[in-house]
Amino acid sequence: MTDSKYFTTTKKGEIFELKTELNSDKKEKKREAVKKVIASMTVGKDVSALFPDVINCMQTDNVELKKLVYLYLMNYAKSQPDMAIMAVNTFVKDCEDPNPLIRALAVRTMGCIRVEKITEYLCEPLRKCMKDEDPYVRKTAAVCVAKLFDMNPVLVEEQGFVELLNDLLSDANPMVVANAVAALSEINEAKPLIEVNSQMVNKLLTALNECTEWGQVFILDALSGYTPRDEREAQNICERISPRLAHANAAVVLSTVKVLMKLIEMLPADSEFIASLTKKLAPPMVTLLSAEPEIQYVALRNINLIVQKRPDILKQEMKVFFVKYNDPIYVKMEKLDVMIRLAQQSNIAQVLSELKEYATEVDVDFVRKSVRAIGRCAIKVEQSAERCVATLLELIQTKVNYVVQEAVVVIKDIFRKYPNRYESIISTLCENLDTLDEPEARASMIWIIGEYAERIDNADELLESFVDGFHDENTQVQLQLLTSVVKLFLKRPTDTQQLVQRVLSLATQDSDNPDLRDRGYIYWRLLSADPAAAKQVVLAEKPLISEETDLLEPSLLDQLVCHIGSLASVYHKPPSSFVDNTKAPLRQLAPNAAALTTNGSSSGDMDSAPGLIGVPAPAGGVPSQDTLIADLLQLDMNPMGGAAAAATAAPIAAPGGGLDDLLGLGGSLPSYGAAPAAPMVDPLAAWGVAPAAAPAPAGGLNDLFGLGGGIASMGGGIGGVQGYQTPKAVWLEAASHKGLQLEGAVVRKGGAIYMEMSITNKAMQPLSDFAIQFNKNSFGLVPAQPLHIPAPVFPNQTTQVSLRLETNGPVQKMEPLANVQIAMKNNVDVFYFATVVPMLVYFAEDGMMEKREFLELWKEPIHDICTKLQANNVFTVARRSVDGQELLYHSIKYTNKIVVLSELKMEITGAASLTLSLKSRHLTALANLNEMYQQIFDN
Amino acid sequence: MIGGLFVYNHKGEVLICRLFRDDLTRDAVNAFRVNVIHARQQVRSPVNLIGRVSFVHRKTDGVWLVAASRKDANAAAMVEVLRRIAITMHSYFGKLTEEAIRSNFVLIYELLDELIDFGYPQLTDPSVLKTYIMQSGVKAVTQEEQKQITSQVTGQISWRREGIKYRRNELFIDVVEHVNLLMSAQGQVLSAHVAGRVLMKSFLSGMPECKLGINDKLSIRDTSRIAVSSGTLDDSKPARVSVAIDDLQFDQCVRLGKFETEHAISFIPPDGTCELMKYRTTSDIKLPFRVIPLVREVNKSKMEIKVVLKADFKPNLIGQKIEVRIPVPPHTSGVSVICMKGKAKYKSGDNAIVWKMKRLAGGKEVQCSAEVDLLTFGNVANRKWNRPPVSINFEVPFAPSGFKVRYLKVFESKLNYSDHDVIKWVRYMGRSGIYETRC
Repeated sequence: MTDSKYFTTTKKGEIFELKTELNSDKKEKKREAVKKVIASMTVGKDVSALFPDVINCMQTDNVELKKLVYLYLMNYAKSQPDMAIMAVNTFVKDCEDPNPLIRALAVRTMGCIRVEKITEYLCEPLRKCMKDEDPYVRKTAAVCVAKLFDMNPVLVEEQGFVELLNDLLSDANPMVVANAVAALSEINEAKPLIEVNSQMVNKLLTALNECTEWGQVFILDALSGYTPRDEREAQNICERISPRLAHANAAVVLSTVKVLMKLIEMLPADSEFIASLTKKLAPPMVTLLSAEPEIQYVALRNINLIVQKRPDILKQEMKVFFVKYNDPIYVKMEKLDVMIRLAQQSNIAQVLSELKEYATEVDVDFVRKSVRAIGRCAIKVEQSAERCVATLLELIQTKVNYVVQEAVVVIKDIFRKYPNRYESIISTLCENLDTLDEPEARASMIWIIGEYAERIDNADELLESFVDGFHDENTQVQLQLLTSVVKLFLKRPTDTQQLVQRVLSLATQDSDNPDLRDRGYIYWRLLSADPAAAKQVVLAEKPLISEETDLLEPSLLDQLVCHIGSLASVYHKPPSSFVDNTKAPLRQLAPNAAALTTNGSSSGDMDSAPGLIGVPAPAGGVPSQDTLIADLLQLDMNPMGGAAAAATAAPIAAPGGGLDDLLGLGGSLPSYGAAPAAPMVDPLAAWGVAPAAAPAPAGGLNDLFGLGGGIASMGGGIGGVQGYQTPKAVWLEAASHKGLQLEGAVVRKGGAIYMEMSITNKAMQPLSDFAIQFNKNSFGLVPAQPLHIPAPVFPNQTTQVSLRLETNGPVQKMEPLANVQIAMKNNVDVFYFATVVPMLVYFAEDGMMEKREFLELWKEPIHDICTKLQANNVFTVARRSVDGQELLYHSIKYTNKIVVLSELKMEITGAASLTLSLKSRHLTALANLNEMYQQIFDN
Repeated sequence: MIGGLFVYNHKGEVLICRLFRDDLTRDAVNAFRVNVIHARQQVRSPVNLIGRVSFVHRKTDGVWLVAASRKDANAAAMVEVLRRIAITMHSYFGKLTEEAIRSNFVLIYELLDELIDFGYPQLTDPSVLKTYIMQSGVKAVTQEEQKQITSQVTGQISWRREGIKYRRNELFIDVVEHVNLLMSAQGQVLSAHVAGRVLMKSFLSGMPECKLGINDKLSIRDTSRIAVSSGTLDDSKPARVSVAIDDLQFDQCVRLGKFETEHAISFIPPDGTCELMKYRTTSDIKLPFRVIPLVREVNKSKMEIKVVLKADFKPNLIGQKIEVRIPVPPHTSGVSVICMKGKAKYKSGDNAIVWKMKRLAGGKEVQCSAEVDLLTFGNVANRKWNRPPVSINFEVPFAPSGFKVRYLKVFESKLNYSDHDVIKWVRYMGRSGIYETRC
């Protein structure tokens, strides 16, 4: 007779039937009925209506029946809290039972009944059980404390259970110790109540040798949270736990590796001890690869982390990562990842021949990854590049669609890494144009055609064929097509003019995609203004791509290494990203927040620098491009249409050299916003920060168009009316700054300058440890006191801060004058941004001047201007004062005898401003003249 | 911390559902069914994050065993626990099938209570569990016995109870090695390793202290003694003095600390069988067989395959249960095979020629050749054939790694039997693991 029959009763009126059976006098019948109830519960039927009847069966000396009733109780007590109280008496009684198994059963079940009202009744029995003479009861009671804490943490603290647990750490029975450790660790995670000290660690290390395998896991996990006082202690712990590496249980091995990896950090890097320890680490990890596939998978994901953190450990073990024919696909993929990481010159031949083998397998994803891996090898090990390219060509010959596509994508990267070396294969690539149907492959091919347009005779035809279907392409392909056609035009201007115009109009007029339109406009204007400059920008030398790809960010890696063996290490994601509880422990190896991250927009450009953009664009280089764009705006205002309206609004509001200011601002801002790119970025993932050759001006333009949001509104702020306080602008966008949203404004209040900021936390973890620093700036603006934010900012919380500023810091002239570069630090990272401080905050309260003094002073600059202009062959013809305006008339004669007349109008009232009117018979002669004036004045 | 444990049948119906933590609800049960069991695209990892719940699963015989958690739990422990649960169930009621699980669901719930408490794995050793959870309800035991049980299962030596008595003290040791090989078509060894196990079956009285000596390079150097064939258990001449063992793993009964410091394997064995240690070696492996495949695609409709098998060991030893699997393309229409020894048959279901020999003496070389006719039309014919490797299964009566048991000493101070009174047996066995040659 088996129990499976209980699953088969699905009659109507079943509940009623069960009810009668449960209340039967016959013990046997009762038990049968309870089994039926449990079976229904398992498949998900609601049998809560039977609660009182089942509870009635609780008072029995049949242990099997008791267990079943308890199981029912755990499931339904929450939904029937009032009736669950009926069970309390039985629990209390059972806790006194002479049979230790019954006592333990009662304690175990008690904790699982999550009814608030019951908990207080359970404290006494639990306390008794924690001091029970039987170890089995004690070990169960220890876990029960964790259960109780989960339900009612306050009660646990009040009743002193934490201390009792602490006492259990010294228990003679190792299993009791292990469970007490587990419970304490869980409680500590939620609320640090007991500090792990060296004395406790000693106890744990002793128990480690004696307790069950799971107990060892608990203890090792608890040890991973402890930071030893000094090197000696760290070394001692290492010595005592390293025998665990030989344990047959994978969880024990990985937890040991976790603790060792953490402690190694504390020891001097070149010591002999470390060498011997790392030697010990490799074999157990390799052994895990002969375990069953699920364990292999977990092990491989962790090995991936370990190889990134300490490449030395497994560098000799390449062969064990070779893929076996019967490996499940998830194991194959992970092995491949590790293989690429371990590839180096000494083993590259072996790796390559393996990869070639894999590229002929059947699983599409695996084959793709293998092909990609060949490309990675080429980039990583220069000596092998030639062989890799040859292998890729062989693979292209197979004509298998996805193999060809993948090969094209990686060959593009190889071209980037080794320019002018393998271009001979372009013809082979071109033969396979038709087979490419994936965006990435198409974009890569288009990039290759554009980049080597001068060597491909029919490049124009090839690109034209793509342009024909422009609207059906993916954005990534469209962007690339636009760039490549422009490249082609710059290289072969004579016969491709039509094509480029067609593409530009397709991109700017017929597209809804702002990125595409923006890029189209930039190219259009560049080309119409100055083809030479366009050549400089578009065909600029590209930065090299980095060798190591898709490495984890160092800070994340450090965090994950502290979670070896856990789910986080399998996902390669920090626990906070998949665990709701924000209280999740944030373990870190060392407080290093120095890692910078990229905040580039992903517009998908292949010319961008995937690797090291590193240094901000040199200040000297930027202005020339600024002027270039200034020209563009002047000359080409008309075709700009709607987009220009937004742009023109800002400069008009600005006084004096507002336009220049804005452009300068645009130029210098992005060089700080986008420049500190993380040193390691996947070349594929980070395609494109902006057109890389001219990151600064492009950013500037974006901002002008109102896309940059914050900066444009700051521009508006410059022109603000007196007494008006600039509204807060967004300085740091949460999305690209790890959840930190910073809005702020610099204002003048009561004779002092204040920086008003609101800090909003849009991340998952609390932000704290804020600090701020100002770069040298024109007015010597520095904080008067350190930034003080009393409490951490919790997720979705906003804190307002007002920071008093002084103007006695170091001075350095900035461009524009009022620009200030600021660095903001918190517990997550350091962020850089720049803002233009509205000039009016610098207006001193003692600015009032005597009338006469004013007049004298007023004449001074006019005189100054005249001499300055004179020195540059701009001659003052006349000078006039008309109702509060000073008018200067000048004449200029070009060497080709064209004469230009100018009128310079100076407002005396209100804000000082200059208006320049120019007149000439030849309109083109006026181009750039305002710029010239500006430059003369600036000198 | 495991939040819940579910068992489904192949259709995704719930057979067992046990929630350990309050943060999981029955929704999780459905989430896994919808996103993994019923997923249109086969899920490609044993660890999956669905919503905010992590699921670790293993599938055996159409039954899904799933552990779920909402925390950043120890993934290695979750995988390992699932394995132990499968082992425990297997040892209680045999094969893990839907029918078996339905028939024993009450027992399974009872076991799960002991295996896992509040998500923490507790006791997962079936031999320990069997001391107090019986298939046929709870045995009536006296108070004395209850105490003994509880202190035994939680104690330091949970795996052995006191007061065991045998009239004849006997001890059997099996050294079982699995040889794994990946060889290129050109005969180059791409990777090779031996996964060895030392299995022990002991019938010893009392609480005997045992000490095992092996010819590991490290321990031999440590004791500065060279193993000579005089060892009590060593019955064949040592070809190699010592082996370099890459890695060792021991059963819980072995004192790891002692091994670390003194390189001595000392333990109190559990009664009956146990897997005392596992080891892995990669250097100086004596590969028992060598396969030389030759595949020639004559034309689109014909292919010739020739496989030569060499037995690379001493002529006085005999290999057994030899089975060579020679893959053929899926669009094979007919095969004609000739082999010198044994029987070879084309198995269309497996897309392979299976060549079987009962015995093959060392030093012999045999071959098998086949002519394969291929279909030239249809879907299958156009698809590329990825040439799976030729694999071989075998059994040989020696340890390919060169591993030797040097001695095993038994001390039992309380009872009056000595090391000499114990009858000891040692057997070496080499088996094929994944033994493949690419073609």
